[in-house]
Amino acid sequence: MRFEVLNRNTTQDFRLRTTDFIKMSNGNMNLTLKVWRQKNAQTAGKFVNYKAEGISPDMSFLEMLDVVNEGLIHKGEDPIHFDHDCREGICGMCSLYINGHPHGPKRAITTCQLHMRTFHDGETVTIEPWRAGPFPVIKDLAVDRSAFDRIQQAGGYVSVNTGGVPDANEIAIPKVIADEAFNSATCIGCGACVAACKNASAMLFVSAKIKQFSLLPQGQPERYRRVQSMVAQMDAEGFGSCTNTGACEAECPKEIKLTNIAGMNLDYFSAKLFRQEELHEQGHGEG
Amino acid sequence: MSLDAKIPAGPLAEKWSKHKFNLKLVNPANKRKYDVIVVGTGLAGASAAASLAELGYNVKAFCFQDSPRRAHSIAAQGGINAAKNYRNDGDSVYRLFYDTIKGGDYRAREGNVYRLAEVSVNIIDQCVAQGVPFAREYGGLLDNRSFGGAQVSRTFYARGQTGQQLLLGAYSALNRQINAGKVKMYTRTEMLDVVIVDGKAQGIVTRNLKDGKIETHSGHAVLLCTGGYGNVFYLSTNAMGCNVTAAWRAHKRGAFFGNPCYTQIHPTCIPVTGDHQSKLTLMSESLRNDGRVWAPKTAELSQKLRKGELKVTDLKEEDRDYFLERKYPSFGNLVPRDVASRNAKEIVDEGRGVGGSGVAVYLDFAESISRLGEDAVRAKYGNLFDMYYQITDENPYEVPMRIYPAVHYTMGGLWVDYNLMTTVQGLYALGEANFSDHGANRLGASALMQGLADGYFVIPYTIGDYLATIGPKPVDTKHPAFEQTKKEVEERINKLLSLKGNKTVDEYHRELGLIMWEYCGMARSEEGLKKAKGLIHNLRADFWKNAIVIGENEEFNSSLEKAGRVADFLELGELMIDDALMRHESCGGHFRLESQTEEGEAKRDDENFAFVAAWEYKADNQPEVLHKEELVFENVHLTQRSYK
Amino acid sequence: MSEFKETFNSSLGKKLIMALTGLFLCTFLIVHVGGNLLLFKHDDGFAFNVYANFLTHFPPIEVIAYLLYLSILVHTLYAIVLTVKNRKARPVGYAVTSSDNAKWQSRNMGLLGSILFLFIVIHMSDFWYNYKYTDNVPYKEYRTDLSSGITQSVEFVPTSPKFENSVTTENNFEIVRVKDLHERVKGSFSNVWYVIFYVLAMLAISFHLRHGFQSAFRTLGWVHKKYTPVVQFVGTWLFAVIIPLSFALMPIVYFFTRN
Repeated sequence: MRFEVLNRNTTQDFRLRTTDFIKMSNGNMNLTLKVWRQKNAQTAGKFVNYKAEGISPDMSFLEMLDVVNEGLIHKGEDPIHFDHDCREGICGMCSLYINGHPHGPKRAITTCQLHMRTFHDGETVTIEPWRAGPFPVIKDLAVDRSAFDRIQQAGGYVSVNTGGVPDANEIAIPKVIADEAFNSATCIGCGACVAACKNASAMLFVSAKIKQFSLLPQGQPERYRRVQSMVAQMDAEGFGSCTNTGACEAECPKEIKLTNIAGMNLDYFSAKLFRQEELHEQGHGEG
Repeated sequence: MSLDAKIPAGPLAEKWSKHKFNLKLVNPANKRKYDVIVVGTGLAGASAAASLAELGYNVKAFCFQDSPRRAHSIAAQGGINAAKNYRNDGDSVYRLFYDTIKGGDYRAREGNVYRLAEVSVNIIDQCVAQGVPFAREYGGLLDNRSFGGAQVSRTFYARGQTGQQLLLGAYSALNRQINAGKVKMYTRTEMLDVVIVDGKAQGIVTRNLKDGKIETHSGHAVLLCTGGYGNVFYLSTNAMGCNVTAAWRAHKRGAFFGNPCYTQIHPTCIPVTGDHQSKLTLMSESLRNDGRVWAPKTAELSQKLRKGELKVTDLKEEDRDYFLERKYPSFGNLVPRDVASRNAKEIVDEGRGVGGSGVAVYLDFAESISRLGEDAVRAKYGNLFDMYYQITDENPYEVPMRIYPAVHYTMGGLWVDYNLMTTVQGLYALGEANFSDHGANRLGASALMQGLADGYFVIPYTIGDYLATIGPKPVDTKHPAFEQTKKEVEERINKLLSLKGNKTVDEYHRELGLIMWEYCGMARSEEGLKKAKGLIHNLRADFWKNAIVIGENEEFNSSLEKAGRVADFLELGELMIDDALMRHESCGGHFRLESQTEEGEAKRDDENFAFVAAWEYKADNQPEVLHKEELVFENVHLTQRSYK
Repeated sequence: MSEFKETFNSSLGKKLIMALTGLFLCTFLIVHVGGNLLLFKHDDGFAFNVYANFLTHFPPIEVIAYLLYLSILVHTLYAIVLTVKNRKARPVGYAVTSSDNAKWQSRNMGLLGSILFLFIVIHMSDFWYNYKYTDNVPYKEYRTDLSSGITQSVEFVPTSPKFENSVTTENNFEIVRVKDLHERVKGSFSNVWYVIFYVLAMLAISFHLRHGFQSAFRTLGWVHKKYTPVVQFVGTWLFAVIIPLSFALMPIVYFFTRN
């Protein structure tokens, strides 16, 4: 059977199909959005109310904001700025604090995976940016999370150059250890832990990376150096301290466990109080 | 201008070793005198930036995201191929090479593909050394799986998040070099043009997305690691920010564009729910190992299902058409991506589609669940089922999944030679941004492999050859080309900002996407392509008259960012149409209705089309000029694919 | 030394101090509750008064007592320092906050701690300060017939202001003369407001330790698949139920059985 040149390839049919889509997207939910608007880091922000009308329950939360923004643009107004990219819950870019929860009221998902069927018609939804001193607002709902990068730069790596490494199977790692390291490594660096923590502590994020490497044989040579550098950078960024409330774990879209923090603490205290080797400063040499 | 791919002579297996030896080296003491610009921090960009910095070059790396860790490589699920033969199942570098060439429907270079297969083994070693937590067996060694219909188990994976783990590995290597002061990282910075001085790429113009500052950066070489252009279809599995701007600007400055029409369409994506849809979500094609693809036998039944008059679980067995199993008895549901996609489209075009939109087919696990038990299915696909449930609110353990193909990857990209250099001296393209290794169709689990191969193991060698040739003399940043290019960028931004029409940029983008999907998607015809060309042409003219762009340059302005990207997509779209029109054959992801066998299978035309199409930009509103790089096959015998 | 300074100035180091002082205070509570259970002995405070006398006159215990006071102060001080720092980490707060992502007590350790600190100040000034530094606590003499084992108590007024305690044996009678803290306890526990405050403070300690005990182990990094459940169990049943309940029962029983 051959594939046919379809006679549907006419402008009229093409339009028909487009309108089909538009009809489908016409939902019947109406919501009031209370959105934090802030022109830039220097100016003060405030909440502004918007109507989100004709929202379909199948829309993702970000698609709902797209619809609102399209309306704003048509009116010549500045659209609501928010960070987003992959829209499938893995890049860690989206970062909305919705009705008191980072990534919204549902657990174990990112904002982009939140669907409007979670809300009900007529609801008022409050949308705020991540709030933390080390996460200054750039505009509206977008914040600067480069503090996370700087913490990773301080030691979140295994110092191996490209090439000259042993064969991958020369390092045997028990499956349970590899799986646990994976659980820690699954962090997407979105910052929901900081946003959720009443102390704006970044310890879940920091400890996840430390734990990943402290579990694996590859991470051992720099284990105690790494924890010291990363904790020092974390403190320098001005994040708060952990009080083990567990809010981070509860709100983490990747369900990173609180036990990572305990692991980091143990490594840190071992490094600082019991181990004798010097912490070698990172050289700014030839690399 | 004639295209010289610079493939080294000699036997296939020795080409790369010989070439490496013949490449010039940069004296270690001189390396720090060179600045290298790396645009994009996905697998290719991050690995290249880190590796070059380790060698001693000064690297400036750029990404438009807020962190290099967020590049879209992170979303790759399935795995990464490597010819390790850890399974003792007959894999080898040559077999991986052969599978890749064949999978690419004989439209890739033998030399490049062999090199890719050759370095694939080093990638796994490198990633494991970095602490990438690949899946392991109880014995502590690495696990493998067979992927995408391959006959051997050569795919390494980290649950369904292989891309994430590999990217985080490269990101950690990059971080180490940032900490060492060898890489200067610019985040939330978008490249808007290349600066060409005396025919050589010597810098870029960027816009700081936070405050709109337009800056120039200089370097001895510029590496574009900016990913693919699947978002030209508006709906794709790409991230929202993925765009063609860097590559397209480079193209307009003289870099040829290779095989722009080659796009890969992935068969198992979650269907569109409406006009609000902003992107599509892919589900691993491993689902087809246990799921059965079907559609109702008749359009009437489909209508009843769509209206809710009939429940899918009540549909009788004899009313179901397991069309892949019926048409391809030996491969069944495991036919290659393009075949599965095309058949789903055919079903929908016949009015037999399902779901609210009628633009989907079923992927049914009922049989597997009854055969293996729900727990076994959950263990294999639990996370995918959860994701599907999350998005669609339908429980795939109870009702069949609905799937539909979506644009996933673009094999086309900037034309590069064996050294990954474009037709502009000193301008390189790596990863998905180049056209090089996948031919007309990419095998599953090969994208990650190519990105990392280019970044870790190819560019560190090949760039030295060029840098040694031009010498460590500092780049002349006073050269008028810098100021001139910056001025052109600013003019273009001002032109965009002056658009105060009545249609949003997204509306144009969506319309462009529909045209591309309809006429340059899974099946293409001369008639459709010609019509699309006109539609895009008009759409572009309308865009520059009636689009609305809000705000000003000196602020965080998503409206302006989008406008610039869509404007480039509107130009690229037309080139893709031209390329698809020119390629009067079916190959890989490119299916021309005029070129098919009696059974409806793709029919290649090796006699007339065994070449790489490299398009040269001349001037605005002038047709691009086609250059052909003939493909020479010395090692493999060209065969027609058949999955019957 | 600078390494230690750096350690204890770090966010983790400060937490470590909180954890160590907190756990030390927890162990004290065990001793304290054990001793105070003597209040339930119907001996007109004999055992209790002897115990109180022992605590204040046995030198090693006195050293530990000062460590204890220091711990209370350090624990409080670091709590304040950390709270200020944590507040600073979020200069702009949220308009909407939620409470279902963490247990109430874990989010209100500061409030609970403040109640406890107030309680400790009142408690110590009431008993410890009066006992040690004033003459507000009367003396009592316990005469135990060594042949029958029956003890009788009588008022006793020391002749010398320097008198602290004495144990003598006369005519087959053991005579113990100690400060009658028990009398003071009885007095305090007959005041309904004091009883209510005391019970509320015990409620606070229950919640404080429900979170604090296991949190200290987490801070120390002592999390283990097999032993953490034990810690959780002890933290919940011993420190958040048994101990506070025992303490709380004392004023309640005394109040309702007062003459």
